[in-house]
Amino acid sequence: MLRALQIVFGVLVVAFLILPIIAILPLAFTSSVFLTYPIPAYSLRWFEELVTADVWRLSIVNSLIIGIGATVLSTVLGTLAALGLRRSALPLAGLLRTLFLLPMVVPAVVLGVGMQILLVRLGLASSYTGVIIAHAVLCVPFVVVSVSAALQGIDPAIERAAMSLGAPPVTVFRRVTLPLAVPGVVSGAVFAFATSLDEVVITLFVAGPNQRTLARQMFSSIRENISPTVAAAALLLIVGTLCLAALAALLRRREKRATALP
Amino acid sequence: MGAFIAFKNVTKKFGALTVVDNLDLEIAKGEFVSLLGPSGSGKTTLLMMLAGFERPTSGEIFLDGKPITHLPPHRRQMGMVFQNYALFPHMTVAENVAFPLEMQRVPRAEIVRRVERALDMVRLGALKDRKPSQLSGGQQQRVALTRALVFEPDVILMDEPLGALDKQLREHMQLEIRDLHRRLGLTIVFVTHDQSEALTMSDRIAVFNAGKIEQIDTPQMVYDRPRTRFVAEFIGETNLVAGKVVDAGGERAVVRVGDAALSVCGNVQPGRDVSLSLRPERIRLGSTPAAANALPVTVADCIYHGDHMRLVLKSGSLELVARAERLAGDWPVGTEAVASFDPQDCTVLAS
Ligand SMILES: Nc1ncnc2c1ncn2[C@@H]1O[C@H](COP(=O)(O)OP(=O)(O)OP(=O)(O)O)[C@@H](O)[C@H]1O
Ligand SMILES: [Mg+2]
Repeated sequence: MLRALQIVFGVLVVAFLILPIIAILPLAFTSSVFLTYPIPAYSLRWFEELVTADVWRLSIVNSLIIGIGATVLSTVLGTLAALGLRRSALPLAGLLRTLFLLPMVVPAVVLGVGMQILLVRLGLASSYTGVIIAHAVLCVPFVVVSVSAALQGIDPAIERAAMSLGAPPVTVFRRVTLPLAVPGVVSGAVFAFATSLDEVVITLFVAGPNQRTLARQMFSSIRENISPTVAAAALLLIVGTLCLAALAALLRRREKRATALP
Repeated sequence: MGAFIAFKNVTKKFGALTVVDNLDLEIAKGEFVSLLGPSGSGKTTLLMMLAGFERPTSGEIFLDGKPITHLPPHRRQMGMVFQNYALFPHMTVAENVAFPLEMQRVPRAEIVRRVERALDMVRLGALKDRKPSQLSGGQQQRVALTRALVFEPDVILMDEPLGALDKQLREHMQLEIRDLHRRLGLTIVFVTHDQSEALTMSDRIAVFNAGKIEQIDTPQMVYDRPRTRFVAEFIGETNLVAGKVVDAGGERAVVRVGDAALSVCGNVQPGRDVSLSLRPERIRLGSTPAAANALPVTVADCIYHGDHMRLVLKSGSLELVARAERLAGDWPVGTEAVASFDPQDCTVLAS
């Protein structure tokens, strides 16, 4: 009885989580010009629209430029932060760690407003650099968390062993610490890219018309003309994110197999 | 011969906690010294200071006459074997073993040759392309050992290297390490809290207690002539018997225990209250009164141990544990007997 209830509840929760996604996806293949059911016939015309219409094509390119830029920037900064936070002698390490994770919990609207004011001051408003920086701020916590977890998993004895075998500190870092942290860095980067990809709120504040990202374009097109291109874009985003998630999971699994000691 | 490794007045404190207390220790070249002691007695800390991972709060450490107290670990030329092996998980067995040679900038071809030879020596040649995670515990242990040996360091440090192995494998590795020590003339400092391991492997054992060395001696001396009560109780099993010295001279003394006057080994002053340490297996049990060093006893309990019997003997208020070989016959509970021992088998400890 209890077991049956558990199953029903589980199914309901999963349905609650994925029904919205399932609801939108078939509409990507509609032949009608309306984003509504029923679907009269199936076609790929909206995908064609996605890659041919200038606004959509540009937004995809923008998403890639900004996503990659933000990923690189946040991965470098986040990894350095995680390495610094690892030093046990660091004063106020707890406080610093909280600060690094703050963008995760601060409301995006607040961050967006602040970021806009700051970027205008710096003369970076409505520029790629500005948007990349803004996204990177949002992405850094994911990298910090992920790299910190990887570093935490490294037995300090392993680094000591390297030292006692004649490796100076820089070599220990290059040959031992960094290679062992790489899976964390990669999965942090994947998270960062995914975060940048679907970020809307901050983009609304800091991006000019030239930096419209795919997510931002979906947001405005659903208010202006509700065309099924939005559904096609959604499908693209979901497939993209799923691929990234699968990549991250794969890397983690492979790493675990390679480093787990029985 | 001057000491190869020397600790001079070394103290290590963590905050208010004194972990190593004004300690002196000298180790000769080629010696196998075990650091033996209960948990928290400072063995690992001492080893960490020798390896350079911890700085002494005060005092100096010398290697071959030169002070190394402030030398960083990578310049100390000490191979270290950790309890959990600390192999590099992302490198193959061969890469692990090659690592210290690469650090010494040994030419590539020679590295390959030496790694191969070293791995063959511990019968791991066939596994050289495996990752550590694909090895058994014993194999990982051998890789860690090989990695620490391959660059021919001056000193090998081992912190409970066999702690994670099962009994059979542990005994096998004990012999293997002992053999390597003899063959290669290595200087080894070996931390353990397994006393039988220390007794079988070491040239000398340093018994640690609360940051101090209670006694450093050959295994035989530590076992047969413990200097303190702590050492007597920590190593092996012993009977501690309280008594008063009635006569003493040189290395012999007569101690009164109850009504009996027992002659024992040890340098003490007459009139002192002392403890006697008497190992269970040194107690002889007989049915006829022996001439000297005898106590009349009653068998209070007899415990079967397979190859021997453990007897609990009562003599007045005194209780002794003795070990009786199966050949020595049966000693049913309640039997009246006489327990005796040779003077050199009983050591006087200051109370
Ligand atoms: N980095 C440290 N900071 C604070 N205290 C420490 C540190 N390292 C060790 N200690 C303390 O020093 C004491 C001795 O530790 P140590 O590891 O030397 O003991 P040990 O003899 O090796 O014990 P075991 O047999 O359990 O390994 C312990 O009380 C331990 O808590
Ligand atoms: Mg220890």
